[in-house]
Amino acid sequence: MVHPAALELALVTKRYGTTVAVDAIDLKIPAGTYCCLLGPSGCGKTSTLRMIAGHETVSDGDIVLGPSNVTDLPPAKRGTAMMFQSYALFPHLSVIDNVAFALKMRGQDKPTRHAKAAALLKLVAMDKYAGRLPAQLSGGQQQRVALARALITEPQLLLLDEPLSALDPFLRIKMRAELKRLQRELGISFIHVTHGQEEAMALADLVVVMNAGKIEQMGSPREVFNHPRTEFVARFMGGHNVITASGGKIAVRADRMHLTSPGTVWDGHSVSAVVTDVEYQGTYVQVTLKGSDEGDLVAQIPEGEFDRNPTEVGASVLIGWDPGIAHRLGHA
Amino acid sequence: MNESSLKQNIVAWLQAGPLTLVFLAFFIIPLIFVTIVSFWDYNDYEMITTFSGRGYTDTFEGCIDKLPEMCTILKTYGSTLKFCLIVWLATLVIGFAVAYFLAFHVKSQTWQIGLSLLCTIPFWTSNVIRMIAWIPLLGRNGIVNKALAALHLTSQPVEWLLYSEFSVIVAFVHLFTFFMVVPIFNSMIRIDKTLIEAAYDAGATGWQTLINVIIPLAKPGIVIGSIFVITIVMGDFITIGVMGGQQIASAGKIIQTRLDAIQFPAAAANAVILLAVTMMIIVAMTRLVDIRKEL
Repeated sequence: MVHPAALELALVTKRYGTTVAVDAIDLKIPAGTYCCLLGPSGCGKTSTLRMIAGHETVSDGDIVLGPSNVTDLPPAKRGTAMMFQSYALFPHLSVIDNVAFALKMRGQDKPTRHAKAAALLKLVAMDKYAGRLPAQLSGGQQQRVALARALITEPQLLLLDEPLSALDPFLRIKMRAELKRLQRELGISFIHVTHGQEEAMALADLVVVMNAGKIEQMGSPREVFNHPRTEFVARFMGGHNVITASGGKIAVRADRMHLTSPGTVWDGHSVSAVVTDVEYQGTYVQVTLKGSDEGDLVAQIPEGEFDRNPTEVGASVLIGWDPGIAHRLGHA
Repeated sequence: MNESSLKQNIVAWLQAGPLTLVFLAFFIIPLIFVTIVSFWDYNDYEMITTFSGRGYTDTFEGCIDKLPEMCTILKTYGSTLKFCLIVWLATLVIGFAVAYFLAFHVKSQTWQIGLSLLCTIPFWTSNVIRMIAWIPLLGRNGIVNKALAALHLTSQPVEWLLYSEFSVIVAFVHLFTFFMVVPIFNSMIRIDKTLIEAAYDAGATGWQTLINVIIPLAKPGIVIGSIFVITIVMGDFITIGVMGGQQIASAGKIIQTRLDAIQFPAAAANAVILLAVTMMIIVAMTRLVDIRKEL
């Protein structure tokens, strides 16, 4: 049986020569958590994942999984399993032999390991394809096989390196739901590396936003989205305007902005701006503006409200917000 | 068939044409001639253009009535196949190791290219010179014997170092290992490195990864390299002649002797036999692996 275990990183550092890829990060992931490591490319999220997997040595610090310190153990002795970005299925082995590979390495006989592999293929709805070669499968099917292969060792922790990036947008959303379902059913922790904030918010119990080798912020998707701690997080999570106010920068959600014509009295804070773009998005209208001393600002106005007070490119407007929802940003 | 597809067809034929002509002129037609000549008659000084199986019957003379003792031709083929097997094994092991080192241990592409070129340096001189280079090393008064004597390991020169089966094998391995290295390296370089990581993640040891992942994926290269080495060794008579001190028989040597005796039909018959044997080996090897997948 699978025993979910908590993961703890303590001052984990990765140096390549003189460059520091991961800078003394501390991270606790409770058992049975879907955790997303989120950040731009080069932020250290993949290095972190690979150190947890045991495919990268740790320059400094400790990785503790459940009761044991796994920092110096090889991957197969950690109780983790990794699903690779390109899936890394063995091209010369059939689907069932790919899934059973780890058991073959442990010396289990063919009937035993095939029975177990078949059960896992059923779990990911790929049992009909057991005899095929990976090249005869679509991207989504290959991913299911890779998932089954990673799960065959009954890991306490599944590590996924940008698992959805090779799929087309439609399939991506479908597989996303499936990953979440699997994680819930298995009850183990998933650590999922991604650069898509939408993906992270949809999946994660715990979002860890990384930048330049450090953790900028972690918390539930709601916490991180509504209370971005730094300008980086506000900008990376999207949907926010970063505005310089007296006493520092603030973040205001783009869907809470209001547009009024200059001269009207607005009960709140506002800045004057010029409309540079109007895009119809269905349920709302996205208005891009250039503030007098800000960068680009975005207002997402509900369709009805926009119709009552339409605006067009080149118009001078006041863009305002309720000070109660403005969120003060700290320094990175 | 409409006009444009007809035009495409002509273009395709024109593109395939030159190589087809080269093959016809330098491979198919000579092969047909050799086969025809192999069925001509001959006497001690000329060939006679009448149909005869004498080229073949002479070759296998005494093979049946001398049984269970082996006749000359079977003994010769036996010895050639033995060389073939030993050289194949040696070049395979060395070639695989070199290719593995180049593909998996040398990380930078510049170094991979540089080291591969280094392997080609012996090809800057002719085969014969590379063979002769072994003589001062392995001879009675060669470096190896002198070193052994100086270390008091031997009281008199070791005779089997030169003009022996040993020296033939050494020269073969030296000459042909590179033909193993290139195709195997070419197969290995295409192996996705994350497969090795995936095997490691699944708990495979280095040895298990080699057996279960690298060798199966390098198989096409192994077969192509093996075909190179086996065909060359099967037909060789120069290396066996020079390094064996003209004392060792080989399938190729029979053909050369017959040619020297102006018994062209007999030489042609032996060439056809050699071709048939070699083809059988290659067909057996390609049964193991579909090399068309690699090309």
